[in-house]
Amino acid sequence: MSENNEISKNLNDRTTWEGCSVLLDINDGDRLVFARLSNAAKLKIGNKNYSLQPLIGCAFGSIFQAESGPQGPFLSHSLPSIQGNDKTEEVKEGQVNDEPRDNRALIDNNTAQSLTGDDIEAMRREGARGNEIIEALIANSATFETKTSFSQEKYRLKKQKKYAPKVLIRRPVARSICEAYFKKYPTKIGFLRVDTLSLLLSLANVSSSSDVLVVDMVGGLITGAVAERLGGTGFVCNSYLGKSPHSMDIVRIFNFSDDICKRILRSPISDLLSQKELPEQVLEHADVCNLESQSNEQICASVSIEKISLSSENGISDLGAKNTENTNVPGKRVCKAAKAGEKSPPEVIDSWKENGFSSLIIAAPESDTWTLVKDLLPLLSNSAPFAIYHQYLQPLATCMHNLQIGNMAIGLQITEPWLREYQVLPSRTHPCMQMSAFGGYILSGTKICDS
Amino acid sequence: MLDSDPAKKLSFKRSITNGDLVIVYERHDNMKAVTISEGSVLQNRFGVFKHSDWIGKPFGSKVFSNKGGFVYLLAPTPELWTLVLSHRTQILYIADISFVVMYLEIVPGCVVLESGTGSGSLSTSLARAIAPTGHVYTFDFHEQRAGSARDDFERTGLQNLVTVGVRDIQGEGFPDEFSGRADAVFLDLPQPWVVIPSAAKMLKQDGTFCSFSPCIEQVQRSCETLQTSFTDIRTFEVLLRTYEVREVKMDGVEGNESGSNGSLPCKRRLCSDGSNVVSSSNSSVMARPCGEARGHTGYLTFARLKCLS
Repeated sequence: MSENNEISKNLNDRTTWEGCSVLLDINDGDRLVFARLSNAAKLKIGNKNYSLQPLIGCAFGSIFQAESGPQGPFLSHSLPSIQGNDKTEEVKEGQVNDEPRDNRALIDNNTAQSLTGDDIEAMRREGARGNEIIEALIANSATFETKTSFSQEKYRLKKQKKYAPKVLIRRPVARSICEAYFKKYPTKIGFLRVDTLSLLLSLANVSSSSDVLVVDMVGGLITGAVAERLGGTGFVCNSYLGKSPHSMDIVRIFNFSDDICKRILRSPISDLLSQKELPEQVLEHADVCNLESQSNEQICASVSIEKISLSSENGISDLGAKNTENTNVPGKRVCKAAKAGEKSPPEVIDSWKENGFSSLIIAAPESDTWTLVKDLLPLLSNSAPFAIYHQYLQPLATCMHNLQIGNMAIGLQITEPWLREYQVLPSRTHPCMQMSAFGGYILSGTKICDS
Repeated sequence: MLDSDPAKKLSFKRSITNGDLVIVYERHDNMKAVTISEGSVLQNRFGVFKHSDWIGKPFGSKVFSNKGGFVYLLAPTPELWTLVLSHRTQILYIADISFVVMYLEIVPGCVVLESGTGSGSLSTSLARAIAPTGHVYTFDFHEQRAGSARDDFERTGLQNLVTVGVRDIQGEGFPDEFSGRADAVFLDLPQPWVVIPSAAKMLKQDGTFCSFSPCIEQVQRSCETLQTSFTDIRTFEVLLRTYEVREVKMDGVEGNESGSNGSLPCKRRLCSDGSNVVSSSNSSVMARPCGEARGHTGYLTFARLKCLS
């Protein structure tokens, strides 16, 4: 099989390297940090800084525990066998039916714990490991023995998060990146949920060797996800109205090889449309676009306020941590990442004009959907599929109606995915108490020949 | 469907040739896969269509029958294929398929193991995601069904990306030759928990696993078994709500946009301030969820092989 080919190696690397981008999952998703591994990179947990150096060369999926040693705080690789097994036993013990204990005797007067903060600090100074502190807390808790095994487990988990934080290295791929942003900074990706993103890629038939036209105003998430599926073949053309391209910061989080980066191009929509129209018409177009963006600015204004307040609320850590990390990045990887999103060379644009794009994805909450579709649809090959994302239903409904009236596409459908997660435990299986109630709408269809 | 031959790629210049697979579109809920063969005809309620009339036309064309009825000829995609394939078993649909491919982190170059093959609905999308350098190995214990699936992959041009094996995976597990080689394993079997140890053996470190089960009892047992060698165990249900859109004429709506004649700029302006779109003073484009939907397909349980190094 050709599966051990160069392309696959890069996308599929299962071990980290120096300069590698990673998603650090701290305490089971409590915090999610994108970072680039280097000897100098540091991660702040609580009030301590931990070097990320020990993470270099480790398998993705490895778990580290924050410890303090004579040389200061450090991340130590924790063995999965110890990690997993006690939890399993805990769960197995906890059959609801044979659980005799309950909380009838529990009095919440804050006297259950006899260890004081000073005691714990003293233990730390003596070099006690996180797990030892947790055991001491349990031994000195007057109520621990009377708790049900579920609440014992909960107690242990809570103390573990505080005294022995866990850091899991995740691969930064479309799934994990989308989930992290959706959880922490949904506004930056236009509230695009991972199942919605997956549908966009399917409905637009993103496959190797295809030429995918995108309008990505969700930080580069769509561009990156498409490039991941192309795997160094075909092209993704990140197009934009006016003169300034949309941000593609998220693309740099993926560990894309040169081969893949070269397949990510940028182009102003006017360049893609030119030569198909008379010069005056292009001018007219530009005017319309300008007007359009002006009229939309008012809407944008309210959105951006939301963004600012959100980010200040969350502080600069978490997702923002990549800012501090960036300064530490060794040069080599930076220029690699910077290659993604070069301006489309004229010959590539010409080939798109000649052959047409094989699909179109739009996620442009701040542009008028119908205007974009009206302009971009003619750039698609006949029988090419398209998928348009929006947080609001009405722009898609209007667009669908106009496409129907204009006889421009068939198989038109507006869909809204619904995603529910379950807690699955012995005798305690039920849907999760909290869920995302909304993941956005998609208008999809297939372009047909002009009749 | 995923031709590496550039001449076969969808393009303005690409036209239908003899031997092509086309999807004949009557309506969004009525499509049919047809392989073009020069002397053949397609007969449906719209009349008789000669294949020879279709050759040389671009994909996406509207073509007419002897009686003046028409259909559209579309290039096949995994999504269209899922709607037209012959159901030898219950199949997976687009919402589940898309989510599985993304959540299993399947990208070009991946090796994916699947069982059962069933009607090959998911396999087609898996093949698209691993192309051009990866491979899908799919297994079904039903010899005839495996054969039909193989014929289908030949017909959709995926035969170089998908290999169909006849094997009772629940009874025997996956073949040893794949040990430690799979990036992802997908199970759609009545007793998935039986196969979980074998799946763990096949996966690379940090490899991904998914099991599709219609019943919660199956999920329950699978999750218990997964605890041993998997982590990140999560169960989801994903469904789709579809919307119908229509322009509705309404009485008693005061034309507050006097001077508008239903031109598009007017629509746009109204649309961007969030109010109903009014294309003329007394009609609106409105959307509402369709009255009927698939209420349940199955539970998707995902997990990741524990990292032992």
